[in-house]
Amino acid sequence: MARLIVYFAHPGHKYSQVNCAMSRVAREVDGVTYVDLYGDYPRFDINVDIEQQRLLDHDVVLFQFPLFWYSTPSILKEWQDIVLEHGFAYGAGGDKLAGKTMMLAITAAGPEEAYSTGGYQRYPLREFLRPLEQTANLCSMRFPPPYVLYSALKAPSAGEVEPHVEGYERLLRSIRDDRYDWAVGDADTVHGYASLPIRKES
Amino acid sequence: MDGFLLLAFLFLIAGVIAVPIASRLGLGSVLGYLLAGIAIAPILDLLHVDVVSIQHFAEFGVVMMLFLVGLELEPRMLWAMRDRLLGLGGLQVGVTAALIMGIAMLLGQSWSIALAIGLVFSLSSTAIVLQTLNEKGLMKSDGGQSSFAVLLSQDIAVIPMLAFIPLLALPELQEIAAATHAAADDGHASLSLVDRLNGWQRALVTVAAIAFVVIVGSYLTRPIFRFIAVARLRELFTATALLLVIAIALLMVVVGLSPALGTFLAGVVLANSEYRHELESNIDPFKGLLLGVFFITVGAAIEFDLLLNNLGEMLGLTFGLIALKALVLYGLGRVFRIGGADRWLFSLGLAQAGEFGFVLLSFSVASSVIPPALAERLLLVVALSMLLTPLLFIVYEKWITRLFAESQDREPDEIDETGKVIIAGHGRFGGIVNRILLSAGFKTVVLDYQSEQLDMLRAFGVKVFFGDAMRPDLLHAAGIEEARMLVIAIDDRESATELVHYVTESYPHVYIVARAVDRHHVYELWSAGCRDIIRDTFDSSVRAGRSALEALGVHPYDAERQVRGFVINDGKQMFALASSYDPDIPAHENEEYVRRTREYLDRQAEAMQGNAAAFATRLDRGWVPPTAEDVDAETSKASDDG
Repeated sequence: MARLIVYFAHPGHKYSQVNCAMSRVAREVDGVTYVDLYGDYPRFDINVDIEQQRLLDHDVVLFQFPLFWYSTPSILKEWQDIVLEHGFAYGAGGDKLAGKTMMLAITAAGPEEAYSTGGYQRYPLREFLRPLEQTANLCSMRFPPPYVLYSALKAPSAGEVEPHVEGYERLLRSIRDDRYDWAVGDADTVHGYASLPIRKES
Repeated sequence: MDGFLLLAFLFLIAGVIAVPIASRLGLGSVLGYLLAGIAIAPILDLLHVDVVSIQHFAEFGVVMMLFLVGLELEPRMLWAMRDRLLGLGGLQVGVTAALIMGIAMLLGQSWSIALAIGLVFSLSSTAIVLQTLNEKGLMKSDGGQSSFAVLLSQDIAVIPMLAFIPLLALPELQEIAAATHAAADDGHASLSLVDRLNGWQRALVTVAAIAFVVIVGSYLTRPIFRFIAVARLRELFTATALLLVIAIALLMVVVGLSPALGTFLAGVVLANSEYRHELESNIDPFKGLLLGVFFITVGAAIEFDLLLNNLGEMLGLTFGLIALKALVLYGLGRVFRIGGADRWLFSLGLAQAGEFGFVLLSFSVASSVIPPALAERLLLVVALSMLLTPLLFIVYEKWITRLFAESQDREPDEIDETGKVIIAGHGRFGGIVNRILLSAGFKTVVLDYQSEQLDMLRAFGVKVFFGDAMRPDLLHAAGIEEARMLVIAIDDRESATELVHYVTESYPHVYIVARAVDRHHVYELWSAGCRDIIRDTFDSSVRAGRSALEALGVHPYDAERQVRGFVINDGKQMFALASSYDPDIPAHENEEYVRRTREYLDRQAEAMQGNAAAFATRLDRGWVPPTAEDVDAETSKASDDG
């Protein structure tokens, strides 16, 4: 049993369609710790000690958020800035996160083809996630391919919400039960609900 | 009675006319008083006024001044000054006295007279120098601090000098004295209880008296002042403060110590007391008046006949004395590494002879050490040198500081009082402000006039002072001139508004944070000139509202943004209303105010009915993902530009 913590960050969650449903699932899956960052810290006064203890208590850290300006919502950046301390996450004596896993579950408004060299976002999605990837790397954490939903704003009309949310639930359960195959995919891979590398229950 | 009124009128009118003129001309108040004294000297002469006895009385101003100086000086600071007190001060007295003694002997005086003259002239004028340094704001500079240390050691040195001078008595003068006035007893001696005691008994009494002052100051003043404070009578406090100073001075005279030194010691002991500022503001006017009278008598005592008949000799002696003292001081300043302009301040400022010179001279004459005719001339030299002191300060200000301003390469003076914040009212409101400021490392001075409150706070180690912040003199004593900020946290709304009025008018450099009890009070404070107004229940109400929202199931971040929006809008409304509010027009007759208030109430009603747009703020805005069209538009714009 992997100890899994989900950090949810969405400042305007009442306008959210996909992320809200996803976070409901995350809250309900047994054996998964769920943190609503904007709910816990509405005034951004993040408690570093509590957060570091949470990291120590878990093996897999999963950040769930909508992509804002090719990055995380601001509170998640604040969280990184002050929780991933020198001497804790990296640097001298900073080996507390070594061997753990950092994974992302993100929704992007643009369609899949926009996130390519010829598309209007000009780069593949993974390129925009390199800062987080390198953050994990500096903390000696594994950074497996993220779980992604493209065209998130059009997902309700396209009937994409339900399968994505259901896929999210499978993802969380399989991580919890050590049935998720971290080894599938490389530095350019992203997973959708149809391609999750989950092993069958034995 | 008539005589007294006339005399008081003369002194006051001379001071009231001369001092403002002197101040306006940049000469300082001391020179103003001295000139006033010179001006009224002929009238005093006509009225057969005993100027010297008035002077003895007015010397009490010096005693009060040293008490006030002591109040400003915590024991810790005094201990830190010990090197300068002993080294710099001791050497100044010793070297100056020795040199003057040598010169006097060269001029044909016998060694005992020469030594007495040396001792008399080695002292400087505490009254003039401290008054001038304070007036010009030079007290905290290195030169000012060194000057103070030397003056303090001189005041201490007077005690052994008074004991030593009778040993220099000349037999022939003693015979004359014994023959002429066996009855004329010295005023000081008549009170003294220690004359008939031998050495060790005397030492014991002295130590006991000092211990008594320290113990009374440390342990008894607080209950006494608390007892007085309960009566809530201002004049009773003033009376108690005066009683304290006079009682200590009297005790010191009785045991044969310098009253100035005794009250200084009492001041130091009380420097940590919460009643310090109250004492300061009570004693200060008396000190000022007495010193004024003292300076006037110095001016009036100058004997112009003697001066005019021996003009060359007298001026020569005076300038010689000033030059010699300045030279010694300059040399010591070099040895003790007082830098640049400060060394000049130190040398020029202390170059005169002082009021203790008068005391020692009359004592020397009474002890048959110096012949009266010579003493008269020496008195004139002392007075002239004091008269010239303000001019030396002007030389310092006009030329020396300018000279050093151009070649400024020394370390800036250590400023130990920057960023001082005065907090008026230390209740539930001011107390929190104080704690926050203190924990951020700012220096605060807290004023409160409820002594029960003070006791409790002191028990918790908070540094607070007793007093009503509404009194200008107390604000002055608390240092409003140098303060950066005043936090008004008093309960009474009218007083708060009045205080804002007074401080914005008189001390525009002081930033004011004021507590308002309600919306109307905000407008009053605003029109009084305050621009940082905090409603005392507003923030807590907002937080209560936020808590309620959260408990009703609103997401904490949404609740936070909701109340932020509310606060921003409310602030805007408040600002708009405050600008149209006029304290001179009743609110209901002020048309613009009424109109704006109505608008505000309408909008509030709208919001309460759930029309969220009424309280819409930019906080509702946020990230909207770009579409392909957005990107195309940007791309074509960029290529147009290129």
